[in-house]
Parts: sequence; structure tokens; C-alpha cells
Amino acid sequence: MANLTHLTIKAALDGLSKKEFTATELAEAHITAAEAARHLNCFVTETFDHARAQAKESDARYAKGDAKPLDGIPIAMKDLYCTKGIQTTASSKILEGFKPPYESTVSSQMFDDGCVMLGKAALDEFAMGSSNTTSAYGNVINPWRSTAHDKDLVPGGSGGGSAAAVAARIAMGATGTDTGGSIRQPAAFCGIAGIKPTYGRCSRFGIIAFASSLDQAGPTARTVEDCALLLKSMAGHDPKDSTSVNRPVPDYAAAIGKSVKGLKVGVPREYRMDGANPEIMALWDKGVEMMKDAGAEIVDVSLPHTKYALQTYYVIAPAECSSNLARYDGVRYGLRVPGDNLIDTYEKTRAAGFGDEVKRRILIGTYVLSAGYYDAYYNKARKVRKLIWQDFIDAYQKCDVLLTPTAPTTAFAIGENTQDPVTMYLNDIFTVPASMAGMPGLSLPAGLSSDGLPLGLQLLGKPFDEETIFTAGDVLEKAVGFDALPQTLQKAA
Amino acid sequence: MSIDKNTVEKVARLARIRLEDDKAEQLAGDLNKILGMIAELNEVDTAGVEPMTGVIDMKLPEREDKITDGNNVDAVLLNAPEQTAGFFVVPKVVE
Repeated sequence: MANLTHLTIKAALDGLSKKEFTATELAEAHITAAEAARHLNCFVTETFDHARAQAKESDARYAKGDAKPLDGIPIAMKDLYCTKGIQTTASSKILEGFKPPYESTVSSQMFDDGCVMLGKAALDEFAMGSSNTTSAYGNVINPWRSTAHDKDLVPGGSGGGSAAAVAARIAMGATGTDTGGSIRQPAAFCGIAGIKPTYGRCSRFGIIAFASSLDQAGPTARTVEDCALLLKSMAGHDPKDSTSVNRPVPDYAAAIGKSVKGLKVGVPREYRMDGANPEIMALWDKGVEMMKDAGAEIVDVSLPHTKYALQTYYVIAPAECSSNLARYDGVRYGLRVPGDNLIDTYEKTRAAGFGDEVKRRILIGTYVLSAGYYDAYYNKARKVRKLIWQDFIDAYQKCDVLLTPTAPTTAFAIGENTQDPVTMYLNDIFTVPASMAGMPGLSLPAGLSSDGLPLGLQLLGKPFDEETIFTAGDVLEKAVGFDALPQTLQKAA
Repeated sequence: MSIDKNTVEKVARLARIRLEDDKAEQLAGDLNKILGMIAELNEVDTAGVEPMTGVIDMKLPEREDKITDGNNVDAVLLNAPEQTAGFFVVPKVVE
């Protein structure tokens, strides 16, 4: 029997339907892998028994011949998705012990399709971070290691637990949420694929809110095709989320294996920034050449407001977070620190329950929304956001997709980039613009750096045109032929 | 615009977060770095630009005004730090 944890989702579904192995065997193989890799700290909560029970049900369906589209596929669920009766923390102390009495729409759709949940994957606290070092439950460690030094590396963030679990062959896929790059940047750092679909494509119901005008659910997996299979299950209209869009969900996997002949691939010149990492720029050039060789037409485009995207993000996301996180007051759920009176209880609870980065963002958000600054900061940022969106709309007059790097660096060591919050924010420089504009974006592994770490390229598409991204991503993935394994797995193999 | 320790304390009160005595000074430094970055937005000419709230051009959907959910007292109180007789309990707010 093949090494079950190294299969793609596509291959695993094939093997399950041909009865080469059972869902229980598949789940057990992943549970064993997860137990062997506990030092990576991928999960806040392991749900192995839950996985075993779901796998048993999958096997029963396979036996009866009525298997579901993703029956028996072991996944990690980002701990931002409410899961009924299973602790959901957002990696925050303020939600320790919180057991939602309901299920998020996206996770319920995945369970209806037969997914098996191995655990709740760690993230930066409330998805605020780019390194997974703001979790209240410890750092997640990237399964990749640099050949230049022996320090533990970050998996990126916020979805570091999800990305590390998929890269370490603990889970075949994982859910993520992307507000400014939280699916794509960790995917790049961990050498896997991940897609943030168009804003409105997936329901946000039951996903703990960070910045509601930006948050979007999406999958991460080891291949572009696997992401397409997962997204099909996650996407769709939900009356419980008024921003979810009522349009049919295409069969995304049908976009795999198509040609890009004549496809117009835009290369935004503003992404070539001063002081950029030359290795990453060279990889980008290589990606452009590969698309050209595959028959795509390369188009030079301009996104003139790119350099203001991060600034816009750091007004709008904190503003929305300060409002969304007002609900954590120690009254209805989560932590309560008793005080002398109600306000004292609020203040002490929030002081003890939130970590430093969350506090910083709540304070920035409260400040930019406060009387006297609302116009200068918040409204100004909303206007610039419109210009950023317009840049994309204009660019898409000239091209079908955009090709860019995903992140400005490779995975860095735990503890780096913490001296100044702004340095950490720069990680999202290539992912934030599409977030501000609500455009879909896919990251896929495209090579290794000179010190042996994965590098990602990003494909951005038109609103609700995930299919073109999948087609282009699949072509690029095949041209790249990325087959490197994290060093921790090479040793084990 | 730069903010001082007093402003941080005022904003923290608005946000209902108690700060340790030595925290406000350090936070003022962090927040000023972030605000310094944000201030670059002033370079952008936004005359005549409508502020954007959401990226989707969509009217807020409406549904029939009828009860679709409710009567779940136990589920609602399931995670309450303190409860009694079907209510959340908080410190006394009215004398």
C-alpha cells in the first residue's frame, strides 16, 4: 500500500472508491503522523476520536456505494471555524473552553461531503498575524528548515497550523480564512497551495469575525486540483450571511487540465519593489516565462495604488476588528475576570484575555474610528480602498489573471520581525491589495530558495472567476514540477 | 499626528481594555509607528472618490419578516461564565 499520508486528495478519493484502503486506514495513518509531529504544535485541539467516528461512517457509505464527494478525506479545521460541541478558541485565551452550540456553514458543508476532521488548527490570535507567534497556545513550527541555520521557522500566518499540517503530511487539506493573506502567505512559507476565493463566495456564518468586509474562507492543500475539490465543497450561498453571493458554484476541478493558450497574464509592474529579494524576483520572471511557454500572452499592467494597500488595510482591518471584538466582554461566553463593577469586569477580562497584537489592533481601530479622526483615517482609507479596487478593474480590461510573488521573503525564524509591528505587516505586501479589492487569489509553490525554503507565486483573478485561476495555476504547477519535501519528512522517509 | 500616553489611556478606556501602568508608554510607541505608516495615505488624491464599504455591488438581501430561530435558552447559556434562572449574570449595574 502506498504511503497514505503522501497521497493527494484526488488520489486518495480514487483509492477509497477502488477499495484499495479504507477511510479508517486513511484516518489512522494521518493520526499516527500527527502524533509523531506534535512538536510542530499544529493543533490547538486534536479531535482524533471524532475523526475515527467520521471515518467509520465514511467506510459505511463506501460499502453501500453511496460515497460523498470528499468522503473519508482527513482535514484540519482552522480554529476560527465554530464546530458544534468542540472547543473553538481563535487561538485566544479569551475563548478558552468555548464550545459553540452551532456549526459554521462551511464546516457543515464539508462534513456533509464526507470530510474527516483531525483537529482544530492553530492560528495567530483571532487571525491577526503573519507568523503564528501571536497564538495563546504556543508557536507553530514550520516543517521546513533552512540549510543556512538550525533555527525553528515560522509557518506564516495567520493560518500557520493549517499550512504546517498539510505540508507535514498530517492532513490532506485544511480550511483557512484570508483577511490580508492568511491563506496565501502561509501556503507560500510551507510549500503548499491555497486559495482565497472572491469575497462573498463562501459563507462567513460561524467563522469568528476579524474584519468582516475582508474575511473570506478558502482551502489549502498540496495541489491546485485538491484546492479546487475542497473549494467546491466550501463555497455557496448562505442566507445566514448577508454578504454571501447567490450564484451557482461551478465544478472547479473541471478547470484543471485545460490549456492557457491565448490567456492574457498580467504582470503588475508595481510589485517589483525597491529592495525586493532578488531570488523571489527571479522566480517570478521564471513563472512568467513558463506561462509564456505554455501559450499565454504576457501583458504589462499597472496597479498604481499598490503601495498604499498595506496602509489602507491597517486602518480598515483594525477598525472592523475593534468593532467585532467588542463582543468579548466576559458576559456570555469565554473568559471572565471578576471586577468591582460591570465596566471593571469588562476591562479586566479583556486585559487578561487578549494578547498584545490583538490589543494593538483594537486600540488602533478604536482610535481611527473615534470622533475627530474618523474622516482623517477611516474615511480616507475607504476612499483609497476604492482606488485600489478600481486599479484591478482597469487591469482586468487588459488581462485575465495577474501573476505575482506571494510573499516578499521565505519563512523567517521564530522571533524575527517582532521588534516593530510594521516590519511584520510588510509580509502581506503582495497579498493585501487583492484582499482590499475582494479579488480571488491562489498561491502555489514554485521553487526553493538557495537555503532550501519554499517560494510561492500568486495568481489573482477577476471576481468569481476562480476557474481561470485554477486553470492557470494547474498549468504553472505542472511546469514547475515542485516535488520537494520538508526536511523533517526527508529524514523520516 | 502622534499620540501620547494619555491618548493611549483614553483610547484603551473607550475599548474597555485595562492597561498595566507601564504598558501605555510602550503602546504609544507601537501605535505611533503604525500611525506613521498609515499617514502615507495623505499622499493620495481622493477628491471626488466615494468611500468604499464593501467590494460586492449588491443590495442587502431581504427576507420575509418571520421567526426562523429561537427558544434555545439552554444553547444560548451553554458557555455563560455565570447564569441563573435563564439569564446571564453580571455585577450589579443599578443601585
